[in-house]
Amino acid sequence: MAKILKKEQWSDTIFSMLVEAKDVAKAAKPGQFIILIPKEHGERVPLTIADSSVNEGWVQIVFQVVGKSTLELSRMNEGEELFSFVGPLGMPSEVEKFQGKVVMIGGGIGIAPIHPIAKKLKEMGNHVVSIIGAKTADLLIMEDKIREASTEVIVATDDGSKGKKGFVNAVLEELLATEADNVSKIWAIGPPIMMKVCAISAGKFNKPIIVSLNPIMVDGTGMCGACRVTVGGQTKFACVDGPEFDGALVDFDELMARQRQYKELEQKALELYKSKEGVA
Amino acid sequence: MAERIKASEKFKRDRVPMKEQDPKERINNFNEVPYGYSFEEAIKEAQRCLQCKPAACVEGCPADVHVPEFIDKILDEDIEGAFKEIKLTNALPAICGRVCPQEEQCEGACVMNKKGKPIAIGRLERFVADLARDKGILDEPPAESSKASKRIAIVGSGPAGLACAADLAKLGYDVTIFEALHKPGGVLVYGIPEFRLPKAIVQYEVDQIKKMGVKIYTDYVIGYIKTVDELIESYDAVFLANGAGAPSFLRIPGENLNGVYSASEFLTRSNLMRAFDFPNYDTPLDVGKRVVVIGGGNVAMDAVRTAKRLGAEEAIIVYRRSRTEMPARAEEIEHAEAEGIQFELLTNPIKILGDENGKVKGLECVRMELGEPDESGRRRPVPIEGSNFVMDVDNVIVAIGQNANPIVARSATGVETNKWGYFVADEETGKTTHPKVWAGGDIVTGAATVILAVGAGKKAAKSIHETLSQK
Repeated sequence: MAKILKKEQWSDTIFSMLVEAKDVAKAAKPGQFIILIPKEHGERVPLTIADSSVNEGWVQIVFQVVGKSTLELSRMNEGEELFSFVGPLGMPSEVEKFQGKVVMIGGGIGIAPIHPIAKKLKEMGNHVVSIIGAKTADLLIMEDKIREASTEVIVATDDGSKGKKGFVNAVLEELLATEADNVSKIWAIGPPIMMKVCAISAGKFNKPIIVSLNPIMVDGTGMCGACRVTVGGQTKFACVDGPEFDGALVDFDELMARQRQYKELEQKALELYKSKEGVA
Repeated sequence: MAERIKASEKFKRDRVPMKEQDPKERINNFNEVPYGYSFEEAIKEAQRCLQCKPAACVEGCPADVHVPEFIDKILDEDIEGAFKEIKLTNALPAICGRVCPQEEQCEGACVMNKKGKPIAIGRLERFVADLARDKGILDEPPAESSKASKRIAIVGSGPAGLACAADLAKLGYDVTIFEALHKPGGVLVYGIPEFRLPKAIVQYEVDQIKKMGVKIYTDYVIGYIKTVDELIESYDAVFLANGAGAPSFLRIPGENLNGVYSASEFLTRSNLMRAFDFPNYDTPLDVGKRVVVIGGGNVAMDAVRTAKRLGAEEAIIVYRRSRTEMPARAEEIEHAEAEGIQFELLTNPIKILGDENGKVKGLECVRMELGEPDESGRRRPVPIEGSNFVMDVDNVIVAIGQNANPIVARSATGVETNKWGYFVADEETGKTTHPKVWAGGDIVTGAATVILAVGAGKKAAKSIHETLSQK
């Protein structure tokens, strides 16, 4: 059982939790994820690790309320225990000391999972340029932590309420236009459409880009194949072969279609829960 | 005390049938199909046993259950005695009594099988275990032992891990099981449906093993949170029983369309996550009007019967060979037929067709005929040219077997695997290439049966005990 040690609400729909999980914190490496079940009747929810502390024995998760499970999770309080919390899962990010700059792109809730990777890369002596973007200034999360984990930070918002106005891929292209020769690796994590356009932008400059995929999963240990994705024409299981893949090779359209598989049922479950619990 | 009947009478009598839920009723629920024997039925069946010495049925049982002895105690109406007799060698009688392929094991070896009327050993085992559970009859607690200082780590809480843990706990070892999922039981909880093996029964037998002092850590994935190498350092022996665990797909076009499942996913959603009770449980499962399950094994039967219960109007098995080659147990096929499952035999899928939203709408197949026998001894199916046709379907469930899951193996540096990724282990002892590591069950043999896994767990326990006693 994993106790919620600290809960913060960062926007209407974005929450952060520190969850007590000593062994997970000890084993966790950048790029890995956990799966939790909020309450007994719940489903298994995969979330990428945003941060962890070996000394204090916690793992940080950041999530956006999109359906019944995340709504139920957001309504749990400090001191309560999650029904299930398992991790770390997936292959860690392949981090090393690169020759040139490393560009870390985080979009929306995807800013959280780039944090541990950026932090590790910086520790290893890399020059880390982070591009973080959100729809609007209020939805921009973890800016301070990203600044600590980066050498330079560029902020972008869709509406221009903070930093540059526009999408993160436009910022990436602008950066690559002037110093493509000096960039050796790019990570992009966020909604599939954002990762797709970033991969196209990186491709224009022939730059390698890693993306972290978040398909629907069940067990998260390679047993069920729910999370299969097509990468370079081959079927991969995101849970055990990933979650990180070469962005140039990922079939993002298939990923997006597969994420919609249970849309109607998810909607039904959400409405039922809202009416039962009396939440708007 | 029930009457002992004469041998001549024993030969005259037929097997006592086990009552079961009407097929028309049961396709609308997930309750168990057979009801189990009543006391009278069990006595009547037990009376037929010839009490052979030596007993061929015991030879045929991977768990060495003392069959004649427990059947004799049923006739004594001594259920506690019968239960303890079974528990001497088998920690999971209510489970084995339900899911073992007895026709290939104890009942296949039974002398009465020559007459086509083997003693219904599985049903009697189940009867004893169920009655003991209802009456609260418990096994003897393990003796306090000096061996408690020796610690054993077991990876996986499926049938192999549980059987090994129970035998070692009985001998007084300090046993810890590490389970990746949030519930213990492995394939018994995620794979086998409620209507064949109620989860409350699995839970009960697991609880009995816990009462013997076995610790079970759930949500603990060896290979990630700790490596096998780390377990080797901190335990006296390690038993790897993590199961086969990675679903095979057909590698045909359209397999990643929405509405296509591996049988493992389909069954895990329904069994472990209780999707059959959505929205009371949150995990969804999308089942349309016409569901095709590809494959002819027990898992295929479980999936197709589950689909029927989840509301499929037509649930269809597509299998490339004929009925005689189907690897599923005869009983499973018969149950499926009674439930109105359709069979498209000698039929091979070649392409899954989707609509504009990326959802399955059809399955293109080709008819097959049987040619010369292949390396497995079964006649090889060959496509009949020009026989292609398309079935309209809403779901395709792929139940064609499993590969080795690499997570555990890649964290076990000194333990050899074969070219398919399964651990190399001695068949009789479970010993691997590492002196402190044993392995058994599906991660050694590839997908097999519950009872073979139980047998492997027991053999490993014996070998671990022998090895540690020598030190």
